[in-house]
Amino acid sequence: MNDMPYKTVLTPEPPKIVALNPTKIVAQDVNVFYGEKHAIKHLSITIPDKAVSAFIGPSGCGKSTFLRSINRMNDTIAGCRVTGKITVDGEDIYDKSLDVVDLRARIGMVFQKPNPFPKSIFENVAYGPRIHGLAKDKTDLERIVTESLQRASLWDEVKDRLHAPGTGLSGGQQQRLCIARAISVNPEVVLMDEPCSALDPIATARIEELIIELKEKFCIVIVTHSMQQAARVSDLTAFFHLGILVEVGDTDEIFTVPQDKRTHDYITGRFG
Amino acid sequence: MSDHILKAYDDDLSALRNMLSEMGGMAEVQLNRSAEALMRRDGKLADEVIADDEKIDAMEIAVEEKAILTIAKRQPLGRDLRNIMVALRIASDLERIGDLAKNVAKRTHAIGDAIPRRLAGGLDRMAQLSQMQLKLVLDALALNDSDKAMDVWRHDEDIDALYNSIFRELLTYMMEDPRMIGACTHLLFAAKNLERIGDHSTNIAENIYYLVHGKALREERPKKDKTSTTPFTPIGKEAE
Repeated sequence: MNDMPYKTVLTPEPPKIVALNPTKIVAQDVNVFYGEKHAIKHLSITIPDKAVSAFIGPSGCGKSTFLRSINRMNDTIAGCRVTGKITVDGEDIYDKSLDVVDLRARIGMVFQKPNPFPKSIFENVAYGPRIHGLAKDKTDLERIVTESLQRASLWDEVKDRLHAPGTGLSGGQQQRLCIARAISVNPEVVLMDEPCSALDPIATARIEELIIELKEKFCIVIVTHSMQQAARVSDLTAFFHLGILVEVGDTDEIFTVPQDKRTHDYITGRFG
Repeated sequence: MSDHILKAYDDDLSALRNMLSEMGGMAEVQLNRSAEALMRRDGKLADEVIADDEKIDAMEIAVEEKAILTIAKRQPLGRDLRNIMVALRIASDLERIGDLAKNVAKRTHAIGDAIPRRLAGGLDRMAQLSQMQLKLVLDALALNDSDKAMDVWRHDEDIDALYNSIFRELLTYMMEDPRMIGACTHLLFAAKNLERIGDHSTNIAENIYYLVHGKALREERPKKDKTSTTPFTPIGKEAE
């Protein structure tokens, strides 16, 4: 381990889902620094399209940091520096000529705490398509909002109160509203940062069901603290530890026969 | 392997392990005593073996309950999960070994003193071999030693070969003297049971391999039990 401390174990090599599905995101030797702190160390990974990839690892391991560097959310943090290369469909997302606003329309994000705008349910979803000019007219906008809410499995619960405030919904409904908002602009990738950690088990199950449905259309990357959740929803699992991507593999393999001892110790609850 | 953050999880897993090793010990004793009862035509010992089988059955149920409870409470992953699955499968093999030993013991009564004891010579050797295989595989289990388990796995063919020759020997006796058919058939079943016990030992060995390596053993086991395909030659026709 000492001669190649940053080497990532692939289980198997390459993971079956990576070989099977088209490639969406490729990171090559990515480093992220917060000032002096080296938060991500020499990370390389290939993330498949039309699949769910889960990042797991103890707090402070860098999984959220890496997730945020996929849509350049780290740009806004003072002192944060990213080196190496991240491509989406072969296009370098840190290229100087790239429009970050466009990028974030292509790569949506859902956060840990549901954060609907203080507006109506309809406006929460309509906002994105409107500012990106995706709707031809009012009818078209209504169609987009309806479809997005349907895809987020929220439509039946809110169709009669579309103009009620989004913040009046339950936590689980708010989170599905945020997912509807994220997918309303037709992104290619949806990043989710612990999307269920503030929800009860039933709301969590609904979101998980939704995640599995959404992977038909999107590349989904989810950060989760729940190993069981990663096992339930993901196709690919990546284990991070101390800023190092330790092991990446098919979820079925990672949770039954992980190769690296650190992965094994973490998933079986042995990390001290 | 005992270093979970949650101590109670370690306790669950080691309790399961202890139950399994206790059950292994019980199966071993049952096998040894049933062979002894058969060899010495000791009906009293045979009855004890028959009565004690239910203890192994009860132990299997206890292992199952513990395993299910541990899965429900801990949601085991990785090697912990394999440990539990393997414990379930091994408990079922040990339970079968107990049944087969009981069946060997039962035949002690049926055979009685009907046949000269010398006939049981090969059977004695077979019993020793199956006892040795079981002992070695239980040692391998206690040590989580896949190499030792594989040694057991490879040597099962010795039991098969011996069974093959006992089968032929008994067949010969039966052809020579039809009055021996009853007793010889019982001896044949006893031999078959010992051979099956050997197979269960190799099952246990395969499970140890899976526990250690995380993948099933894919190789085909060497087999020398050819009795099911040996053609029957009627008396008087051997010379042809």
